[in-house]
Amino acid sequence: MKRTIFSNQLLPWLLLAPQLAITFIFFLWPAGQAVRQSFLREDAFGINSSFVGLTNFRALLSSPEYMNSLQVTAVFAVSVTIMSMGVALLLAIAVDRMLKSARVYTTLLVWPYAVAPAVAGILWWFIFNPTIGVMPYVLDVVGYDWNHISSKTDAMLLVVIASAWKQISYNFLFFVAGLQAIPASMREAAAIDGAGPVRRFFDITFPLLSPTTFFLLVVNIVYAMFDTFGVIDATTEGGPAQATNIMVYKVYFDGFIGQNIGSSAAQSVILMLLVISLTVIQFRWVEKKVEY
Amino acid sequence: MIENRPGLNAMAHLVLILGVVVVGLPLWVAFVASTHTATDFMSGTVPMWPGPHLVENYSLMLERGVSTSGTPPVARMMLNSLIMALLIACGKIAISITSAFAIVYFRFPLRGLAFWCIFVTLMLPVEVRIVPTFQVVAGLGLLNSYAGLSVPLIASATATFLFRQVFLTMPDELVEAARIDGAGPMKFFRDILLPLSRTNMAALFVILFIYGWNQYLWPLLVTTDSQYYTIVAGIKRMADAVDGLPQWHLVMATAVLAMLPPVAVVIGMQRLFVKGLVETEK
Repeated sequence: MKRTIFSNQLLPWLLLAPQLAITFIFFLWPAGQAVRQSFLREDAFGINSSFVGLTNFRALLSSPEYMNSLQVTAVFAVSVTIMSMGVALLLAIAVDRMLKSARVYTTLLVWPYAVAPAVAGILWWFIFNPTIGVMPYVLDVVGYDWNHISSKTDAMLLVVIASAWKQISYNFLFFVAGLQAIPASMREAAAIDGAGPVRRFFDITFPLLSPTTFFLLVVNIVYAMFDTFGVIDATTEGGPAQATNIMVYKVYFDGFIGQNIGSSAAQSVILMLLVISLTVIQFRWVEKKVEY
Repeated sequence: MIENRPGLNAMAHLVLILGVVVVGLPLWVAFVASTHTATDFMSGTVPMWPGPHLVENYSLMLERGVSTSGTPPVARMMLNSLIMALLIACGKIAISITSAFAIVYFRFPLRGLAFWCIFVTLMLPVEVRIVPTFQVVAGLGLLNSYAGLSVPLIASATATFLFRQVFLTMPDELVEAARIDGAGPMKFFRDILLPLSRTNMAALFVILFIYGWNQYLWPLLVTTDSQYYTIVAGIKRMADAVDGLPQWHLVMATAVLAMLPPVAVVIGMQRLFVKGLVETEK
C-alpha cells in the first residue's frame, strides 16, 4: 500500500481502460459464453438452441471417449512432469558442482525454452519417423520395432518426450536457483560430520529444495495440460485410436472439427474449473511456502 | 563445492555433456536434414553430417516456399511472426504498466474489482475458451488481420502483477518530491516510473517476445488467408502437405528458421531472460 497517492478519479480508469476492455471482450465474455453454451443444445444448423440443463455434462461424464481423454491427460501430465523434472534436477545438481564451466553448460541447456511446442513436436516427429528417422533405426538394432503411427504406447512416448524436452530448460533454471539458495554452511557442516555426497543430497539438499520442487510440480502439470496443444497437433493429432487425445486437444477437435458446440463448451467449463483449482494451489504456495 | 572429489567431478561433467547432447540432438538432426536433398533420405540410412545443399535449400524456402503446400515464402511468414510477436510483447507491456500505475498510485471506487478482473485472465488460457473467443473475433471482423492475431492475447495479469510489485517497492519519497516540484501524475509516470522500470520492461520483453513468436493455436484459427500465416503455424500446414512426398529437408529448414529468432534472443540476452523468467513467476 502506498501512503502517498494521486487524487484524480477519472485518470485511473483511463489508464485501466485498454486492459479492462480486452479482458472483457476477449476473456470474460467468451468464458461466460462457454458457460452459457454448456447448458444449451444447438440444432444441426446452429440456428435454434434450447436449454438442456446438465445434459451436456452428463453425456460427457458417461462417454467412454471423454473418460479415455481424462485418463490419457493424467498419464501424459504425470509422465511429462516426472521426466522433465527428473532430468532437470540431475543436470542442475551436476552444474551446481561446476565453478568455471557452469555458464557454458547453462547456455547450452536453456535454449529449448525458446522453441515453440509445435516446432518441438515436428523435430521429434522427424527423429522418430518410422521410415527415415534416426531413433527407429537405432531401436531396430536392439530389436524394438518403433511405430508411433500404429502403436498407442509409441505415440504416447513420442508426445511425452517432445513435451518434456521443451520443459527441461525451465525446470533446470529454477532448480539451479533453488540449489544456490541453500546455504553452503549446511552442507559443509554435514560433510564435517562425515556425510557423503549421497547422504547429503537426501538429508539436506532435497528437503531444502522442496519449495522449488513443489512449485515446479504445479507449473509442469499446468504446462502439460494446457501448453502442449502444439505438440499434439503437430505430431499425432490425438491418435492412434484416441491414445494421445488430451483434454485440450479434444475441446478443439469437438468444437472446430466436430462442430459439437454444446459438448465442447461443457469441456471448456470443466477445464476452467481445473485451471482455477491449479491457480489457487499455486498462489497458496506463493504465500505459504512449503518448508521444513 | 564442499570437498574435492575428482571422480564425482568427472561424473558431473559426463552427465552434463550427455545432457547437452540429448538436448541438442533434435536441433542437430534438423540442421543436418536441412542441408541435404530429398533423394538423400531415400537410401534408408539417415545422414548424420551436413550436406552441401544448405544455401540452396534455405534460399528456396525463404524466397519461394513450397508452392504445393499453399504456404507463402518463409520470409513472409517470418515477417508475420515478427509483427505478431512485437505487437503482443509491446502491447502487453504498455497496457500492463499503465494498469499497474493506476492500481498502485490511485484510490478509486471499484479498484479491487478492477484488480480481480485482471487477475481472472490468469485462469482463462485461450485453450479453454477457444470456440467462443473465435466467435467474438469473427464477429468483430478481425479474422485475417494483425489485430486479430495479437489484440486478443494482449491482456496480461502476469505483467500487471510484475509492474505492481516493482512500483510497490519504489520509495514514497519519489511521489512526494515530484509533487513538491509540481509534477502531475502523468509527468511522474513518464519521467520517474518509466525510466526506473526500464530493466524490468526489457526482461519482460524477452519472455513476451518468445511467448508471442511461439503462438500456435490462435494463429491457426484466425488466419485462413496465407498472407497472414505465421511461421510456427505455417510449418504444420507444410508438414501436412508434404507428408506423402519426401520433402523433409525443406520442412526441417523451415523448422530451423522458426527456432532461430527466439533461440537467438534467449542466448544473446541470457541474463535478461533469466531475470524475466524468475520475475514473472513471483
